[in-house]
Amino acid sequence: MEKFETLTGIVMPLDRPNVDTDAIIPKQFLKSIKRSGFGPNLFDAWRYLDQGEPGMDNSVRPLNPDFLLNQPRYQAAQVLLARENFGCGSSREHAPWALLDYGFRVIIAPSFADIFYNNCFKNGILPIVVDAGQVDQLFKQVETEEGYQLTIDLAAQTITKPDSEVIQFAIDEFRKHRLLNGLDDIGLTLQHVDDIQAYEKKRQQEAPWLFRNV
Amino acid sequence: MAGKTLYDKLWDAHMVRDNGDGTALLYIDRHLVHEVTSPQAFEGLRLAGRKPWRVGANLATPDHNVPTTDRAEGIVDPVSRLQVETLDANCEAFGITEFKMNDLRQGIVHVIGPEEGATLPGMTVVCGDSHTSTHGAFGALAFGIGTSEVEHVLATQCLVQNKSRAMLVSVNGQVPAGVTAKDIVLAIIGHIGTAGGTGYAIEFGGDAIRALSMEGRMTLCNMAIEAGARAGMVAVDEKTIEYVNGRPYAPKAKIWEQAVANWQTLHSDADAKFDKVIHLDASSLKPQVTWGTSPEMVISVDGRVPDPATEHDEVKREGMKAALNYMDLQPNTPMVEIKPDVVFIGSCTNSRIEDLREAARVAKGRKVADSIKQALVVPGSGLVKQQAEQEGLDKIFIDAGFEWREPGCSMCLAMNADRLQAGERCASTSNRNFEGRQGQGGRTHLVSPAMAAAAAVTGHFIDVRKLG
Ligand code: SF4
Repeated sequence: MEKFETLTGIVMPLDRPNVDTDAIIPKQFLKSIKRSGFGPNLFDAWRYLDQGEPGMDNSVRPLNPDFLLNQPRYQAAQVLLARENFGCGSSREHAPWALLDYGFRVIIAPSFADIFYNNCFKNGILPIVVDAGQVDQLFKQVETEEGYQLTIDLAAQTITKPDSEVIQFAIDEFRKHRLLNGLDDIGLTLQHVDDIQAYEKKRQQEAPWLFRNV
Repeated sequence: MAGKTLYDKLWDAHMVRDNGDGTALLYIDRHLVHEVTSPQAFEGLRLAGRKPWRVGANLATPDHNVPTTDRAEGIVDPVSRLQVETLDANCEAFGITEFKMNDLRQGIVHVIGPEEGATLPGMTVVCGDSHTSTHGAFGALAFGIGTSEVEHVLATQCLVQNKSRAMLVSVNGQVPAGVTAKDIVLAIIGHIGTAGGTGYAIEFGGDAIRALSMEGRMTLCNMAIEAGARAGMVAVDEKTIEYVNGRPYAPKAKIWEQAVANWQTLHSDADAKFDKVIHLDASSLKPQVTWGTSPEMVISVDGRVPDPATEHDEVKREGMKAALNYMDLQPNTPMVEIKPDVVFIGSCTNSRIEDLREAARVAKGRKVADSIKQALVVPGSGLVKQQAEQEGLDKIFIDAGFEWREPGCSMCLAMNADRLQAGERCASTSNRNFEGRQGQGGRTHLVSPAMAAAAAVTGHFIDVRKLG
């Protein structure tokens, strides 16, 4: 997993509450065998005017000009500004895969759906909970100021605005440590290789039948 | 100090380390792999340059996407074909044993694990599939996992887990003839609800459970997840040991003796404390049929479709109305007047040899009713199919007008070509009656294999015991 320390990036506002995982990546794309390549289909139903299907050449599909992600000023956005209960719905990991593949590394919202929030950390995305009033303010500023960027510093737990105002945010220590060091769950478990090997050795003596290869 | 539950014993025996934050690193003995939830996990391994920690702990087979008709032409649907081919390629690349589509041993993961002796008492068994709870029938700790966790197990042979609370569901009394494990578990879910087991690991106990065969216990544990519990389990006894004996991956000779001595300790201590205990009387149970779109919406076959007007809880009332609307049923209709269009006998819940024998007993010498558009029998594995054919069950089914198919998940979730058309009603031996589960707009009634066969030959639901 790619580590996250600091990032300064363009902010893309998504002004709707309860954006569910089906809106993030519609279910026809879940039959894929890959975890990458979902970026072009992120928010597919909002982003394009036609019905998206797997295998289409997305570069020639008609874009919905009203969807902000399609506007030049939000190209290359890395920070997604959202409303409450972002990521509700299914537990499948395609939603964070799609956001990451598009290029989003940070999502700021007043609240997140539980499983989605967890899944973000498993995939190197930083979801930040910021109170609704401040989120409101951010929406206003992003809208009025073209090229609006935020700087996120994970170690300091701060979001810095272009006018130097700082928003402090809270994050679980354990998760912060993982993301700062780019440790995925697997990487973390592999820090305990010795424990696993010691367990196997002891267990193999006590219960050899469990170690027969299939 | 109070004694240990079976769950405590399994948990403790697999704890590699206590992480000190409420989670533990648990060692995983067996990992079953299928084509739907594994491709991104293998891709993740590859991207990180990792290898499986212990290749021999993994066993793979394609089941969800395989066709159940003639396989000579391969898989027609390109998306399904790609998933199965990807599994083949990944297993080949990483050296994982796979029973491929045309292997006699291929079948539904939860059928082949026990059949091969790859599932053993006292193991931790995981699979990227929620019905992994099935394997708990062997006194094993077995639960379903997501794709990140599939990759985690492949790479480390471990999982980070929170311990659940322990629930005992104690079922006692003589089970009436004609009432099966499926009826018992449907009645339990009807009683505690689909969220009743959330946060718990359920142990099924009591003399009615001990009286069940191993296959009956698998049916029971299979549906623990429908009661909200990630894991269901039954203590080891002589039946467990006898079932395992002689299976291809079961221990032999001296190690067998050693294993058996260990397995005999796999039960809750007499003074073990459970966080919750539920009692159920088996002697009054009747065959069950679901009427709604959740497994808890279930009633005895001699009952009537419930009336939402009598439900005081508003949320529940609305849920009932929506379910009846989807199912196109009127309140107070006798269950025996409901007429399925399709009958499906199969799935990891009920596709083992005893299930097929039970259904064949009812089908024998009878004919599928004219009103039934399709009646499918889909064995759980190639070996189940072979045994059924040796016993002549295929002939009985075919003579009665059933279709005899190749093994796989089939119409349980309609990922292959077997699916309901919108509006069709199905008597199904599977485990989920959610909207659209068996095909968009399809309507599912969950029943036991004997009850499904009885519905097929009469054209409506009927207490199978009335058929004689
Ligand atoms: S038979 Fe049905 S429930 Fe069982 S593994 Fe297959 S799809 Fe899942």
